[in-house]
Amino acid sequence: MGVRILKGGMLTTVQDLGRTGYQSQGFSVSGVMDVRSFKIANLLLDNPENEAVLEFTLMGPTLQFTSETIIAITGGDFQPTVNKQPVSMYTAIYMHRGDVLEFKGCRTGSRGYIAFSSYLDIPVVMGSRSTNMKCAIGGFKGRRLMDGDYLGFRMKRRYLPYFLSRTLDLDEFDQEEVTLRVVMGPQDEAFTKQGKETFLNSEYTVTSDFDRMGCRLEGSFIAYKETADIISDGIAFGSVQVPSHGKPIILLADRQTTGGYAKIATVISVDIPKLVQRKTDHKIRFQAVTVEEAQRLLMEEMKNLDALRRQIHRPCREVLECRLVAKRLTALFQK
Amino acid sequence: MENIKILTAGDSSILIEFGKEISPEINGRITAVVHLMKEQHIEGVVEVIPAFASLLVNYDPRVITYSQIKERMEKLLKLDVRSEKSARRIFEIPVCYGGEYGPDLENIAANAGLTPEEVIQIHSSRDYLIYMLGFLPGFAYLGGLDERIHTPRLANPRIRIRAGSVGIGGSQTGIYPLDSPGGWQLLGLTPINPYDPQREIPILYEAGDYIRFVPITGEEYREIRAQVEAGTYQCVIHRKEV
Repeated sequence: MGVRILKGGMLTTVQDLGRTGYQSQGFSVSGVMDVRSFKIANLLLDNPENEAVLEFTLMGPTLQFTSETIIAITGGDFQPTVNKQPVSMYTAIYMHRGDVLEFKGCRTGSRGYIAFSSYLDIPVVMGSRSTNMKCAIGGFKGRRLMDGDYLGFRMKRRYLPYFLSRTLDLDEFDQEEVTLRVVMGPQDEAFTKQGKETFLNSEYTVTSDFDRMGCRLEGSFIAYKETADIISDGIAFGSVQVPSHGKPIILLADRQTTGGYAKIATVISVDIPKLVQRKTDHKIRFQAVTVEEAQRLLMEEMKNLDALRRQIHRPCREVLECRLVAKRLTALFQK
Repeated sequence: MENIKILTAGDSSILIEFGKEISPEINGRITAVVHLMKEQHIEGVVEVIPAFASLLVNYDPRVITYSQIKERMEKLLKLDVRSEKSARRIFEIPVCYGGEYGPDLENIAANAGLTPEEVIQIHSSRDYLIYMLGFLPGFAYLGGLDERIHTPRLANPRIRIRAGSVGIGGSQTGIYPLDSPGGWQLLGLTPINPYDPQREIPILYEAGDYIRFVPITGEEYREIRAQVEAGTYQCVIHRKEV
């Protein structure tokens, strides 16, 4: 009862919302990079909000199911197929025993997510199922998935109400240019007025140095006052640090817990998915917003996810029509 | 209070800067605030990450907004926590110095113009404050290494350093909690596991605690190691009023 990894893909790991509460001891948070896609994948299956999924990068894995389950695939458009037939993303898909899920290629975005209605049988380590590859803990044996690995399921859960309604519009990740909103600080004072203007008014390019730890950008030099070095302090998800080379590095899920470079700004939570779905050579601009605005946008995002949840909990038109026909027929027979 | 700054770090964190220097006083203040926050339990605070001179507070903006957490922290910081006496823990870390356990001890001694015995005596004669943990799980940034045994890092870092190795890098000393590459000069090895993911508390100590290195012989090393592997070893912890 589970799923066999026929091909591991480029970087496929088990992740949930991450291992919080241990950063003060030096453990990175880990967890999914694109929180929105992760939440939608679980939402499509009525899974608990923090249920573990597979996150894959640029080249998807190939999976063979050894038992029946329902899955949902979200994130960038990886063109999934089941037994070589195209299937929809952002849709609950019933998988039969022996079915093979493959991905033809990454058309848009760079990260994808697969949620399972039968829940992956991965032990919880320090409150999370997320893979911390550096410490080799959590996830599947503390590492990325490789050809031949086998992941079990925790339970049989093969029925979901309103099954045909469980489909949503795809999130679009095909833009080659995005604007990321940021809250300035904590160390924006370490930079000159001109440096801050450069940061907010120039175009930056995503380099190939882009992994789960962080994303290095290329572009105009951001001038600092005396030094870009600070006494090491804690780092938030989406922090934009600028070492003395003057180019921003945005710190992501596998970031180290503390660092010694000044952080000019922090990408707001709702815009981090936009960033982590970018590819090398894509363009990025930054726009400053207030922390209040960032929090208002986050609330809006929560409401938006609630609306999606309601949307998939309604009988779909096809079902309603069938019911109408059945009602009329019943009436006829009863006469 | 006048030097403390509350800075924004995105929409889900604030950074409290207690000063711009590394000192036991500032760090002690942070430890006291962390303890106070644990006692008071502020709804919506997800995690706090103390560092040398700052404290990152991660919160859930769905539960507590920026202005609310800022206000709560301002109030809390006004309490004169320094005057409260708090007991600090001192962890005894047994270390077998030199030989195969500490391949760079001779180097360190030569660099300092001392004998290896003197280096051991100096290194193990004081309690080191844990300013913060970071870099690796359980890697403690310790303050207060005697200037006489400051030693530059290796020009060619080692590819693999054994977990438990005790080293010196510049003005710092510390223990490698797990096998990792590194450039510190190694003076000894501890048989205990500062970090064990299988243990109920994976990391022995936290920021604000002290570490005391206690020299042991090779024979003692093997004895303690056997106890650690059998799961019967109890780390010696002293209490110290600050």
